[in-house]
Amino acid sequence: MLVLMPLFMMVVVGFIFPSGSSISDTPIALANLDNGSMGTSFITQLNAINNKTGMMELSTAKDFDDMKKMLQNNEINGGIIISENFSSNLLAGKQGYITIVIDQSNPQMSVTIQGVLSKTIESMGEQTAIHQLNIKYNVSTTQATSMVKPYTVQSQGIIAGEPNYFQFVAPGIIAMVVMMALMTGLPHAISYEKDIGTLDGMLAAPINRLSIILGKVMAQTIRGMIQGFIILILAVVLFGVVIEGNILLVVFLILLTVFSFVGLGILITSFTENEETATMVMMTLMFPMMFLSGVFFPLQQMPWYMQGIAHFLPLTYATTALRKVMVLGADIPAVGTEILILVGFGIVLLLIAVPMFKRAMSR
Amino acid sequence: MTENSIQAMKITNNFKCPRCGHIRTYTGLPGEHRIVTCSSCGVQGKVTIPGVAVPISTNGSAIVISHLKKVFGDFAAVDDISFSVKKGEIFGLLGPNGAGKSTIIRMLCTLSRPTKGSATVASYDIVKQDGKVRQHIGLVSEKMIMYDQLTARENLKLFGKLYNIPNHLLNTRIDELLGFVRMEKWADHRIDTFSTGMKQRINVIRALVNEPNILFLDEPTLGLDPQSTAEIRELIRRINAENGTTIILTTHIMVEADILCKRIGIIDHGKIVALDTPANLKKLVSGTDATAFEIEISNLEPRMMSSLQSQSPVKSLVQVDPTHLIVRANGSDAFDNIIDNLRNSGAKVRMVKNLEPTLEDVFLHLTGREAREKVSENGGSQKRGFGPHGQRRKTARVR
Repeated sequence: MLVLMPLFMMVVVGFIFPSGSSISDTPIALANLDNGSMGTSFITQLNAINNKTGMMELSTAKDFDDMKKMLQNNEINGGIIISENFSSNLLAGKQGYITIVIDQSNPQMSVTIQGVLSKTIESMGEQTAIHQLNIKYNVSTTQATSMVKPYTVQSQGIIAGEPNYFQFVAPGIIAMVVMMALMTGLPHAISYEKDIGTLDGMLAAPINRLSIILGKVMAQTIRGMIQGFIILILAVVLFGVVIEGNILLVVFLILLTVFSFVGLGILITSFTENEETATMVMMTLMFPMMFLSGVFFPLQQMPWYMQGIAHFLPLTYATTALRKVMVLGADIPAVGTEILILVGFGIVLLLIAVPMFKRAMSR
Repeated sequence: MTENSIQAMKITNNFKCPRCGHIRTYTGLPGEHRIVTCSSCGVQGKVTIPGVAVPISTNGSAIVISHLKKVFGDFAAVDDISFSVKKGEIFGLLGPNGAGKSTIIRMLCTLSRPTKGSATVASYDIVKQDGKVRQHIGLVSEKMIMYDQLTARENLKLFGKLYNIPNHLLNTRIDELLGFVRMEKWADHRIDTFSTGMKQRINVIRALVNEPNILFLDEPTLGLDPQSTAEIRELIRRINAENGTTIILTTHIMVEADILCKRIGIIDHGKIVALDTPANLKKLVSGTDATAFEIEISNLEPRMMSSLQSQSPVKSLVQVDPTHLIVRANGSDAFDNIIDNLRNSGAKVRMVKNLEPTLEDVFLHLTGREAREKVSENGGSQKRGFGPHGQRRKTARVR
């Protein structure tokens, strides 16, 4: 364990770190608000480039709001909007506007997407400019910009403000702290009582053994919630994090996170004889979770196998759900899948942990 | 109580398999929860045997242990032990550390499940009716069952609450108990400000908060200074005398078992090697009712010895060296007779020592070795014993 732990950490951190600034097969939505021919030809051009590089998985969205929904539901990572009067502007010798929609809940990803898409669209613009200059030889100075750079690219977040790393990381840290409170607090509380001897006093009394662990769970939940709220307040006050969604939904999600981890905490408590082993087992479980669940680095930038592992960690869903609600202002239906998965994790782990705990208490 | 009477309590019931409809019978104690496997298709079903948990008749025994065994890995901590404890007695489990005393206590307190065998405590089965057992027992284990950060009263209240005692009853009970150990004025002080002796007094009354019929004391004087040890021993006696509480006490201190217990079970390597009253156990060593005396006479002459030998209570007489005699004699006035006789024959008696066997001798006699010692109490045994073969040996290291 002494040697394995640091090695393990290095490998984990090394693998989850974004491996480059390029994107591949990233789901991007495309909304064409323009009804002229130029918009269509832009799309044809984009498709041609994409077919060659395979950097995007394009889907269609109706408008910005539609795109926002898709982002909240994690269907896409970003979007491209062709503005309403794209064709008419271009035909009138003005610039046509393209908007890149980015997801502030994922700043690393949005910076990458923004960079890659801007570059692509700019180069598409240059191609068009050369093409047009070939046709129209005689150009005025006012038309020069529109010929060399016919497209202006701007970006728009789905909420106001610039992407902010803290905005991205705060929801994850809250979920993580709540998890840590339970996973460290529960085994500690029980093994402490075992150590000082008071556990025997409770076990020798005519009370249900589950009520012992239930009491501990309640205490640790409150502790975790308080810590979570302190982080929330610090995030808002010191780092200017804005909570877009319903605060009650945030509280509910934090409680749900607790529920999904209770079983795991009880399980560790039942398996381990003393505090030292408990701490070791817990650390081994917690660190990969912290790094693999997208708390600090976006899941999308991890290698596929690491992403695969992440899907088996409840913290992944807790983090995603909290982030969607806090940063993107998602509502319950938008985080429905995550809620169901967290409830599922909670129930399954409890079903395993409760009989284990009962058995461990009468060893 | 025997296995047969437990059998008689059992109720036979039918289990209908939810899958194949096959019916099999099963037996169990009323109120017991069991998992029954269908004998035809192997489906398991959870059943509760009808009826409420009723006490099992134990003919006046507080505890009946029948072939109890506890195995950890391939080590049998408790190896097929059977005995019973009468209501209202102080029963001692005596043995060196690691002999299995604590494991027995833990099983009887429902903290540990026996690997094999059964036992009833306060007329309830320790496995099948564990909830009922817990209502009737109090436990003082090796580690104090108290929270240091709470006051004495808070601790008593907390543990009292576990027994669902109504507040007003609990409060009077706590005041009574605090008075019982003269700790009233310390009631609202934190436990961590107390001396070990005070802590243990609170710890003992904490075990009495539910008015248990049976009190388990696992090494109650371990780590206490001599004065506190005496206090706790006195407390144990009073609990037994004033409330009629049955007390099971484990100890590795022979003197403690000797002065407190009505009967003693000597345990070694998970087995009971002897079980009797302290007096009867000592007879195991001497083999007779005779008492041995060591007498030092400064002017010892053969004349004095033959005069002594002619006395009827004197059974044997051995001269150890020019001034020392070992005399074994019977009867309550043996000592008087010997002294009178020696005075009459002009002997100058410099010292007389009673060589009555101690429980240490019993332990040595039964196990062939000394009990291992654990530092806990000042001063050693004042008595010096003779081994089973009458040879002098150095003072046993166990008190």
